[in-house]
Amino acid sequence: MTTPIVEMRDIRKHFGHVIALNGVSFDVRPGECHCLLGDNGAGKSTFIKTMSGVHRPSSGQMVIEGKPVTFESPRDAMGAGIATVYQDLAMIPLMSVTRNFWMGREPEKGIWPFRNFDLKMAAEVTMSEMKKMGINLRGPDQAVGTLSGGERQTVAIARAVYFGAKVLILDEPTSALGVRQTANVLGTIDRVRKQGIGVVFITHNVRHAMAVGDRFTVLNRGQTLGTATKGDVDAARLQDMMAGGQELAELESSLGGTI
Amino acid sequence: MTDAASAATDERVKTVSPWRRALIRPELGGICGTILVFLLFGAIAGDSGMFKAEGIMNWTVVSAQFMIIAVGACLLMIAGEFDLSTGSMIGFSGTVMAILSVHMGWPLWAAILFTFVFCMLIGALNGWLVVKTGLPSFIVTLAFLFILRGLTIWGSVYFTRQTIIGGVAEKAQGDWLAPVFGGKILTGFFTWMGENGWIATFTRGSRAGQPVVDGIPMLIVWALLLVVLGHLLLTRTKFGNWIFAAGGDAQAARYVGVPVNRVKISMFMFSAFCATVFATAQVVEFGSAAADRGMLKEFEAIICVVIGGALLTGGYGSVIGAALGAVIFGVVQQGLFFANAESSLFRVFLGAILLIAVIMNTYIRRIITGER
Repeated sequence: MTTPIVEMRDIRKHFGHVIALNGVSFDVRPGECHCLLGDNGAGKSTFIKTMSGVHRPSSGQMVIEGKPVTFESPRDAMGAGIATVYQDLAMIPLMSVTRNFWMGREPEKGIWPFRNFDLKMAAEVTMSEMKKMGINLRGPDQAVGTLSGGERQTVAIARAVYFGAKVLILDEPTSALGVRQTANVLGTIDRVRKQGIGVVFITHNVRHAMAVGDRFTVLNRGQTLGTATKGDVDAARLQDMMAGGQELAELESSLGGTI
Repeated sequence: MTDAASAATDERVKTVSPWRRALIRPELGGICGTILVFLLFGAIAGDSGMFKAEGIMNWTVVSAQFMIIAVGACLLMIAGEFDLSTGSMIGFSGTVMAILSVHMGWPLWAAILFTFVFCMLIGALNGWLVVKTGLPSFIVTLAFLFILRGLTIWGSVYFTRQTIIGGVAEKAQGDWLAPVFGGKILTGFFTWMGENGWIATFTRGSRAGQPVVDGIPMLIVWALLLVVLGHLLLTRTKFGNWIFAAGGDAQAARYVGVPVNRVKISMFMFSAFCATVFATAQVVEFGSAAADRGMLKEFEAIICVVIGGALLTGGYGSVIGAALGAVIFGVVQQGLFFANAESSLFRVFLGAILLIAVIMNTYIRRIITGER
């Protein structure tokens, strides 16, 4: 298989006495969806925040396309092509889709002091990008607040892809969504993967992971419990690894099925 | 949109009627309100001279004063913050200007320029404190409301032993900058209109034959200039998008690289700038500064902005709306006077319209964000 775009080697992160990450290794290759699974408190958020430049690892190495890097800020990570879509902080509901899409990277035209936000071009690009993602807008000035949760995630993903992300980190994109919206977002992930972008899909829902994942890494208590390829592992096994085994198995048998 | 395309959208999203579409424009309330107050006062004060040249000039000047501070308050509110120190800043900047020029003997233009720089730095301090401490701007600027007012009275008494500093008119004579704030334009045009009998002229006294309205005060020019520039900045520039973003959700904006702190601090500085424009025009026009000027102006500015459709929580609003709010404010305040109504009723009206505007805005916000 191709070489990884991003490789995280033996990442450790301590917050004072708390060991949040205790040796996590993880990599993403172009065109794959690598699922990072873990229960609450497993260290998923700390890990992706390290990957997206919010935290600096206490030890361990981060390698992008063969070169070791250190990120000082989220901006550095963005510059290196790592885009993160946060669950609820992706969009500003009161602003239009176009204004959200270009936020922070507004196209300009004209000569100072008449330089202005090129709204016409921005609107055209937004409409066509949204169409590609399967979202039909009433108009480029439609407020993001009128979109569903799944559509908002999709707009955020489309934005990251349009601005040249090589790796897309999705922080629990489906956890607050209904069945149909989840299907839409998973469809979007599949579409993005086919464009050669490496997707890191963080979730604690094994079924969502199984639907689109190529590889699966399970995080438990700040450590990786290994990486499995699609076909080598089944949902029940992943579930067990996430929960740390025994108790959940007992609970499941008493409830009569996979949780 | 074709039928095929609309079939692909979520069938539960109802098509939006033109009425609802118009409703989510922030200016709508302002436009309706403006039409309403003109109809109202046309009916009850139409024959009082309110709509003759002099009357029009009267309420236009008052509206323009509100407009100047409303533009600053509007952009700041959209960026997610308040400035309660605007009124104190008006008193403070006027007094600083007068002490420097009359008492210290600076040329007026130098005093004006220094005051602008100094007051904008105080605005920046306001903004810096809000951004760094993470405290609500309500509290930080409330502190400055008292600090600046106190300093103004203390400084005025300390330097001149009085709270009203006169003598600015003499300093304004021959000054190149003073007319930019206190002068009038189009005087020739108004004289010509007077000569043609299109507007009233004085019939007696030393100014007999001259038009009662002899030009457009620079105050009005400043107001219109600030409204137009503020509107263009907000809706047509990159920075304007950042203003919306900073007020809409500061953290989401930071994640995509918007310099939220810089935006907020600049807007605090702009608010201070607008207050200083207001104060300078007043000082040059009256020829004096007074320590108690600008009392309650911060709230009046906020009311104009809210009537104009901006949300108190930030991220949504319009400069044009705020300007219309200022017109409503000015017309009603002066109109009640022309209509010989009890002037204290003005406050009743103000409270009522504020309440209606806020309720309307909250409803509109629900429509935009699809909350239930």
